[in-house]
Amino acid sequence: MRYHPLTSADREAMLAAIGFASFEDLFTEATGTPPLTGDLGLPPGKSEVEVERHLLRLAENNLSASRAPFFLGAGAYRHHIPASVDHLIQRSEFLTSYTPYQPEISQGTLQHLFEFQTQVALLTGMEIANASMYDGSTACAEAMLMAHRLTKRRKALLSGGLHPHYAKVAGTVARMAGDEIMLAPPDVTASEDLIGKIDDSLSCVIVQTPDFFGNLRDLSGIAEACRRHGALLVAVFTEAVSLGLVTPPGEMGADIVVGEGQSIGNALNFGGPYVGLFATREKYMRQMPGRLCGETQDLDGRRGFVLTLATREQHIRRDKATSNICTNSGLCALAFSIHLTLLGEVGLRKLARVNHANAVLLKERLAELDGVEILNKAFFNEFTLRLKGDAARIVEALARRGVLAGVPVSRLLPGAGLDDLLLVAITELNTDDDRTALVTGLKEII
Amino acid sequence: MLDHVHEAQRPLAGGRALDLEEPLLFEIGRTEVSGVDLDEPAPHASQLGGLERKMPIGLPGLSEPETMRHFVRLSRLNYSIDAGLYPLGSCTMKHNPRLNEKMARLSGFADIHPLQPQSTVQGALELMRQLADWLLKLTNMEAIALSPKAGAHGESCGLMAIKAAIAAKGEGETRRTVLVPQSAHGTNPASAALLGFTAQPVPAGPDGILHFEDVEKLIGPHVAAIMLTNPNTCGLFERDAGRIAEAVHAAGGYFYCDGANFNALAGLTRPGDFGVDAMHLNLHKTFSTPHGGGGPGAGPVVLSRRLAPFAPAPALVQDGANLRLVEDGQGFGRMTAFHGQMGMFVRALAYMLAHGGDGLRQASSDAVLSANYLRAALSDLMTQPFGDRACMHEALFDEEWLSGTGVSTLDFAKALIDEGYHPMTIYFPLVAHGAMLIEPTESQPKAALDAFVATLRRLGARALAKEAAAFREAPLHAPRRRLDETQAARKPVLRWTHKAG
Repeated sequence: MRYHPLTSADREAMLAAIGFASFEDLFTEATGTPPLTGDLGLPPGKSEVEVERHLLRLAENNLSASRAPFFLGAGAYRHHIPASVDHLIQRSEFLTSYTPYQPEISQGTLQHLFEFQTQVALLTGMEIANASMYDGSTACAEAMLMAHRLTKRRKALLSGGLHPHYAKVAGTVARMAGDEIMLAPPDVTASEDLIGKIDDSLSCVIVQTPDFFGNLRDLSGIAEACRRHGALLVAVFTEAVSLGLVTPPGEMGADIVVGEGQSIGNALNFGGPYVGLFATREKYMRQMPGRLCGETQDLDGRRGFVLTLATREQHIRRDKATSNICTNSGLCALAFSIHLTLLGEVGLRKLARVNHANAVLLKERLAELDGVEILNKAFFNEFTLRLKGDAARIVEALARRGVLAGVPVSRLLPGAGLDDLLLVAITELNTDDDRTALVTGLKEII
Repeated sequence: MLDHVHEAQRPLAGGRALDLEEPLLFEIGRTEVSGVDLDEPAPHASQLGGLERKMPIGLPGLSEPETMRHFVRLSRLNYSIDAGLYPLGSCTMKHNPRLNEKMARLSGFADIHPLQPQSTVQGALELMRQLADWLLKLTNMEAIALSPKAGAHGESCGLMAIKAAIAAKGEGETRRTVLVPQSAHGTNPASAALLGFTAQPVPAGPDGILHFEDVEKLIGPHVAAIMLTNPNTCGLFERDAGRIAEAVHAAGGYFYCDGANFNALAGLTRPGDFGVDAMHLNLHKTFSTPHGGGGPGAGPVVLSRRLAPFAPAPALVQDGANLRLVEDGQGFGRMTAFHGQMGMFVRALAYMLAHGGDGLRQASSDAVLSANYLRAALSDLMTQPFGDRACMHEALFDEEWLSGTGVSTLDFAKALIDEGYHPMTIYFPLVAHGAMLIEPTESQPKAALDAFVATLRRLGARALAKEAAAFREAPLHAPRRRLDETQAARKPVLRWTHKAG
């Protein structure tokens, strides 16, 4: 087997050195039971060519975004990733290293995490950020738990504009932990009255902007109401590129900001791995979940970085830890950092502007169609259409024509009576031809 | 003699030959520089509803060559599996085949959206089905939840399924205790506590493993589950796991197995055969998906027949000729957006296809053999907390043998850095005093194992010769000397800030 350096002769010599006649004897000694030796019902090993062939066949049985006009968002966005990002994250020293527990020989990872934390804090308009979480949805649930710890209350109010998966993940965690959740009904046009629902029993209010339906929301009023009632405002985003153009949650008074970082530097990957972003105020530092990297000095007085505040974490605190999280999303965070470094402030602003411009142009063209109504007033690069007809069926029909038209709201909110709604997202990758394909397709089908 | 750099030999500008210092991005980047060329936005009327960003972000940018240089220089400050032996116990630093990287980047996997019509992603669903099939056959379990994002997330998943099953029996109020051995990963008690369980520690015997008689006493109608790592974190096989499982089952509880160490078992024994009800599989350990400096991981959970109905959403079902993801109304609910770590599924399946069933068995065998080879070669020098006994995939030593030398486990580990090795895991598990946990994996040639042993023995001889002062100075040749972790925690600096002047 090409991945195994030991030869039969090596194995025999090693067994002899430790005093066993066979591996079976060694295993039996170690476990009290002989190893399985029969057929496992699994195929024999394949050569590199054969593995490639097998997986290529599976890959070809998917309609990839590069082969179709593509308008899906709803929490995962397709943006261009510069070639250098993917090259750099495949450097052995990043790809095949572990969590930086030995900081003297892990400064590459640690300095990157310190830079990442700073980038996330700047982007969200917050004071500090952690070294990343699994994804946006789990970061959101962790933010809720952190708010519970900080306020010593156990009830969260979730906006009807929150991504339904995020609401479900938070709901699962809450139900399992015996906490309470108030989930507002789906709020397609960002017209819900959250402020009226805020009282002294809430640990936090969780609001997304741009929200699931694409609406931009001003959070300042909610932040003010939260402050009055001793609750925390958790702001969520799923499209990180939007932060290049819109007022960041930190400036609107959010206490914790969580989001999905996938759209900077990371491919769609059918839903994972992604990278959860988590930022907050400095005074809440010790109640944060997840890894934190901090600056310090070495014995010679040179600047260096270490993982720090580990007394919050499971490997030290065990059942008293702030979270059970052990990994971060290291390599995805690195991709995020490299892409954001390449963009820089001017690049990110321009990228966001191009996204918004493309969305405005698409909206104008779609608005001319009969049977299509656009429900958003303020949006970034995604909006909701009300179609004459069932959105899921229309999407299927367009897919058969080779157009990936968007996400039917019913896919995430089945049975909510929103079957005629379609989420459409557009990025810098969509061409004029793509737009025409969507507009023409919709026109013909509706 | 310390070979400290003499003052006159210090670098003039921070670098020395291949040893290159790199400032922070924020010290070299400029907000007006970009390494990406973008088209001008088309003329349009903003529809941002007055929420346009007004303040600058303060994000520095770098041109493409500067970006390459910055991150290449950073990378060179890291140790890696590709560069050398990385014997971190409990972490399984095995070879990461690059074919897996190439496959995960096929546009048919990397460039598909999780919410595309399912008719357009049948290949992806088929890949998930095949991965599930391999994992179920290797573990002899009934059902699988693919979505957990990492090992600890998998623990949450398994415990949630257990909690849901208990609630379904109307025992939610009474079964609130989870038994957790003292040697367990910290994630185990943390996961239990997160779900409102009380984690009750279970002591191991003097031989480092649990004994049925000791555990049996703790089992009762209040016990929801026992969480057992097998092989345990001391690298020892829990021989009584099967009997313990029977007793827990008889008392109406469940057996959660932490599958972090499944790389010692794959193809050799099956968790379903020793009574496991739920177990997570760290694809980034056993199935070689890269650790990436700390993630992303992937932690699918296999479930027994008793827990299968409580598996979370989404579930993969065969629907005529097609595969279908059931995304709602499933088991205890949803743990994450979308369907799990697809990029890791591709890599793990590529790894399994390359090995085949027999190859996986060989991998586990070689991992166990290599660990025992190291154990035997070091057993006359280093002390083992539970005696010199056959281990599984990792060998645990303590610092008893260093007592009186003034050299601690930490000092010894740091001295290994100067010898060109990544240290073993230290101070874990907590049940061993000054633990040194060595896991070579199956990826090392015998010559590398021999060289590592020789290095440990030479260092050991120096320690026993009481050269403690030299050890305390180590490392001297790494990009940094020992870092002040106390200062880092006492006055945390978690981000760069612009310093005036």
